[in-house]
Amino acid sequence: MLNNGVAAQSTPKPLWLLAEVTYRCPLHCAFCYNPTDYVSHTQNELTTEEWLRALREARKMGALQLGISGGEPLLRDDIEEIVAEAGGLGYYSNLITSGVGLTEKRIAEFKRGGLDHIQLSMHDITKEINNFITDTNTFQLKQKVAAMIKDYGYPMVLNVVIHRYNIEHIGEILEMAEALGAEYVELANTQYYGWSLVNRAQLMPTREQIEKAEAITNKFRERVGSKMRVFFVVPDYYSDRPKKCMNGWGEVFMIVTADGTVLPCHSARVLPNMTFPNVRENGLEWAWTESPAFNKYRGDSWMKEPCRTCPEKEKDLGGCRCQAFLLTGDAETADPVCSLSPNHDVILQAIEEAKNPQIAAQPIIFRTDKNSQKIVEGDRERIEQFHALP
Amino acid sequence: MSDKIKSEEIYLRNPHFRFQWEEAQGCYVLLFPEGMVRLNGGAGEVLSRLDGNKTVAAVVEELKAAFPDAPELESDVLAMLELGLEKTWIVRK
Repeated sequence: MLNNGVAAQSTPKPLWLLAEVTYRCPLHCAFCYNPTDYVSHTQNELTTEEWLRALREARKMGALQLGISGGEPLLRDDIEEIVAEAGGLGYYSNLITSGVGLTEKRIAEFKRGGLDHIQLSMHDITKEINNFITDTNTFQLKQKVAAMIKDYGYPMVLNVVIHRYNIEHIGEILEMAEALGAEYVELANTQYYGWSLVNRAQLMPTREQIEKAEAITNKFRERVGSKMRVFFVVPDYYSDRPKKCMNGWGEVFMIVTADGTVLPCHSARVLPNMTFPNVRENGLEWAWTESPAFNKYRGDSWMKEPCRTCPEKEKDLGGCRCQAFLLTGDAETADPVCSLSPNHDVILQAIEEAKNPQIAAQPIIFRTDKNSQKIVEGDRERIEQFHALP
Repeated sequence: MSDKIKSEEIYLRNPHFRFQWEEAQGCYVLLFPEGMVRLNGGAGEVLSRLDGNKTVAAVVEELKAAFPDAPELESDVLAMLELGLEKTWIVRK
């Protein structure tokens, strides 16, 4: 049973709650981690009252950090109410946004409600790449929103997903962040789930590009010191050990999605033969502590070789279950990123593919309702495609 | 005292961080974008007293009075303040 038979009293407490309040999004980013079949989950969004109840339940269990995300959360008109409830409950709350829909009126209301910070996604220093990768005309808007966030006294947190199209600009991106007065910058090397997995060969930089980007980042860190914190999210395909995904399944993170499904990680929906709890039917306490889904990969009793007897198993807990499933078809095997995995060659092959100019030049598939609908219908051939930038 | 921390100095918690007692965790926590720190008992006691008015010497005296049996309390407090400065949990007034 769970935790090698240790009773439920040792069940960890959720510290982070991510509220993915909608899958709707005005942007169409090719690297989005949302499920490719997200259109099947856009009906039936939780109501305001259901969200407020979920916030209260999670806070009671000890959750402290709240991310309000999506899709684009600002497409909902009740974010002000959600923010105010979170403030009253003592959450440290974060709005994770593309900036589309953030107005002076709304940001003032968020400030009054006690929102603690706003994480803005940025894509590049050039309008061309920003507009290409998001398939929208949002470059100027993001600059304006960044200034607004600063004007309202929020700590400036920029999130930049890094891929082949912007990695060569990393130094300039950091300088832009500095000029905007950012206190935190997250350089998030693309992780390959959802739409980014579909577009992996087109998005993946080379090892040399990654190494150069990291060296530039380190040099920048030395120069700016403690005035700006720069996170460089490790590109796991180029590591020889996997990430300790979500800091462990059901250890720290709990995600409630737009339709109320409760997940232990962003992409867990892809796993086969799993029934995830839903806040409409189950309380969050039950979902976290008792539900079979949250207990399935908690701890290490589910592991098989080579993880089971690996001296390093506590370090990474075998990596990511979703990645193991997506790349090998077996959710219980070692994350193939690990060089000790018998399936490690799938990673090496993906890296090779990304180097092949013919494969890498295949059209990118953007995150659109139409494309998602076609993926749901299994109609991969007719997916609307856009050609990669030359 | 210490090379970095002087007894007459005044420190306060970094105003960009949120500091609060968490009943569910049974400890003080510091919250900031992208992260949080669960403070151990000693660190929590020190940080809870950094109100931007008391000098380091006054904080040490207050802690000595609260924990008369704690050995080497002063050096622990200084080490904690040095760590706090390095981590930007606290700032000098």
